[in-house]
Amino acid sequence: MASYTDKAGRPIVVVTGMGLVTSLGQGKEDNWAKLTAGKSGIHRITRFPLDSMRTTIAGTVDFLSESGRTAPDLSEQLAQLAADEAIAQSGIGSRGNFPGPLFCAVPPIEIEWPQRRILAQEASANGPVTYDDLLRAAETHDHGNWHERFLYGSIADHLADRFGTRGQPISLSTACASGNTSIQLGVEAIRRGDCDAALSIATDGSVTAEALIRFSLLSALSTNNEVPEAASRPFSKNRDGFIIAEGAGALVLESMEHAVARGATILGVVEGVGEMADSFHRTRSSPDAKPVIGCMRAALADAVVSPDEIDYINAHGTSTPENDRMEFTGMSAVFGERIGSIPLSSNKSMIGHTLTAAGAIEAVVSLLTIQNGRIPPTINYETPDPAIPLDVVPNVARDAQVTRVMSNSFGFGGQNVCLILTGEPA
Amino acid sequence: MSKRRDVWITGIGLVSSLGEGLEAHWAALNDGKPVVDETGFAPYIVHPLPKINFDTQIAKKGDQRQMEPWQRIGTYAAGLALDSAGIKGNKDILGNTDMVVAAGGGERDQSVDGAILTEIEKQPKPDVFLNEQLQSNLRPTLFLAQLSNLLAGNISIVHGVTGSSRTFMGEESSGTDAVRIGFSRIAAGTSEIALVGGAYNAERRDMLLLFALKQLAKNAPWSPVLANADGVPTGSAGAFLVLESPEHATARGAKPIAKLSGIWSERARRGEDGAVEATLATMIATARGDTAEGTAILSAASGAPEPTKAEALVLGRAGLPVRSVTDRVGHGLEAQMPVALAIAALTVSQGRLFPPLAGETLEKPFDAPLKRVIVTGVGHWRGEGVALVEQVD
Repeated sequence: MASYTDKAGRPIVVVTGMGLVTSLGQGKEDNWAKLTAGKSGIHRITRFPLDSMRTTIAGTVDFLSESGRTAPDLSEQLAQLAADEAIAQSGIGSRGNFPGPLFCAVPPIEIEWPQRRILAQEASANGPVTYDDLLRAAETHDHGNWHERFLYGSIADHLADRFGTRGQPISLSTACASGNTSIQLGVEAIRRGDCDAALSIATDGSVTAEALIRFSLLSALSTNNEVPEAASRPFSKNRDGFIIAEGAGALVLESMEHAVARGATILGVVEGVGEMADSFHRTRSSPDAKPVIGCMRAALADAVVSPDEIDYINAHGTSTPENDRMEFTGMSAVFGERIGSIPLSSNKSMIGHTLTAAGAIEAVVSLLTIQNGRIPPTINYETPDPAIPLDVVPNVARDAQVTRVMSNSFGFGGQNVCLILTGEPA
Repeated sequence: MSKRRDVWITGIGLVSSLGEGLEAHWAALNDGKPVVDETGFAPYIVHPLPKINFDTQIAKKGDQRQMEPWQRIGTYAAGLALDSAGIKGNKDILGNTDMVVAAGGGERDQSVDGAILTEIEKQPKPDVFLNEQLQSNLRPTLFLAQLSNLLAGNISIVHGVTGSSRTFMGEESSGTDAVRIGFSRIAAGTSEIALVGGAYNAERRDMLLLFALKQLAKNAPWSPVLANADGVPTGSAGAFLVLESPEHATARGAKPIAKLSGIWSERARRGEDGAVEATLATMIATARGDTAEGTAILSAASGAPEPTKAEALVLGRAGLPVRSVTDRVGHGLEAQMPVALAIAALTVSQGRLFPPLAGETLEKPFDAPLKRVIVTGVGHWRGEGVALVEQVD
């Protein structure tokens, strides 16, 4: 008879449903097959013209009905599809009646250029167009639905309606760590006894021309445009930036007691979550990696496990020169000499950096890795970086028994969140 | 919500159109004169921020330049809160302080947008023109000044708060939930001290545009929102609270300003008749408990017609003295619940209610000692929030 509480006496939080959408496809099955085959979802952008753009590749999701509409429209559809899959697998609640709260990580949202252009045309100003003209057009034309669409809360609100989650959903952002934060909030709520189950979703369908330009102006993106599939090169010497991408991940979290009581299949356990903010710089991590080290150690401490008990790392591995070096420095401090021999891979080598969604997608992939006993590779690893010697599971998937994963996510604004995930509890 | 231990408010940082700091706010609340700009953003009204010397909380000009006004307001208010709690510069405590920030997004470069919109329809390839213009004219760092989580990021950088950092979006509810999560963690014993709050810059046309799309921005002249809900009178404001367990506060010799006894966040089905009223009434009843003695309600109503009429109806039936926070400082969207909580804590610490405003008919004189304040806020589009702030015995 398994205990329902962990070593710290808290309710064990298990995962009973998972869903994902990436540029590789929709659903776990399709994504898993492609991820373990080393396929890349990165391709030439077709959503907007590329004249004068420094970066012309991305991992956009182009196969959905909302692809190419507004960022919140596509982000909502991605989230909905991922959550549909997770809830169906979990079998929790009943249709439109999820017995717990929603924690939903969403990308930046604002009125977009097509809407601004319509308002400017409606205003038909004689001279230079100003926001006063847009305001006048907004007051006198029927665009009430844009108000709701461009509120930060509208994606989660629509999902709350669809899935019948309880209470006011929380929309959140911790930049590129958002996916992990959405899981963290669910874990905390269940451990506190606020709820028996929670729905954690992280979604990002925000690759617009302006978004690409903004990241490009920060010199964060790869310009390896020639062969899109080969551009994302985490931990390689010739990495030169991340590949912006879209997708969504969703997880149904439950107390183990609740899951067992309803006879649910347990897919994995969220054993620990660690967090530590970095006060060094808006976009750069502290060079000594102290916050990242503190974050990883906090996750291990929360899970009450030692570094020796981690046998695979799902790295943040963005393919930027700085992140991958800093992540290595942090992991070296936490894992010591063993870091060179722990298998580690970056899903971003294949699906790019899905920004807000990355943590949740990578948590799903981490649990699939445990479930299948197979580690997805880091592709495009042709030129190892001698400064960061790692076993990145280069280029081809590897069969291995994996029992416990650390999954890292770091973001602009000093955001660091790490998860410790294991398979079904003994 | 399970609650296992008390949560004290040991620090408050507040800036609004009424001034900066608790003393200035208490004086202005007793004066009873809202500060309103009825012409600068005509036809709309806004409650503008007074001139603030940001240098006193954000020492480096370089840091200030990296921020948009909403981030400066928030980082400044956060600094005031840390000062008020007596933990400014205390690395040991700040390194373990958990932060939850309610935030929207930053201001666009309105002159770049305007210049593009002026020319774009004359171009043979409008989308290509747009991309060229954005690449040439957007400031690279503007992106960071717009990202929601960069208010928290700036607070980490400027003030060294690094225990944890989470940002909630979602308009009014995000403010309620930011405080609620900080509160719940301390109550449950998984956090000892938290910095929670938000900031809003009302003096920007791109934000007014979002309200204007649904004709929800308040037109001049100013009028009391509960008596005459005809639009959202946005107000620039920043408010942060330091929440702390009594054990942690006592160990460092800190005194509570007030106690946060509960905070609740709900989502009424707005399409159903009477849903907002029923939800809010239940929440107020929960907060009120079995005593009305020494209890008042501070409303953070948005001013949007339908939800504010519902809020006013419920407040009229509550049988408690009522004051509108929004009348006095405007509506700060994500920041509104933190602002109202700051004023609630200030009010219970003073032990009496400030006087009513002329024209706000729900507001009646109340001279008895005040021990408890229930804060209410019905979001302009979604979300109902209620909190209870009490004197510490």
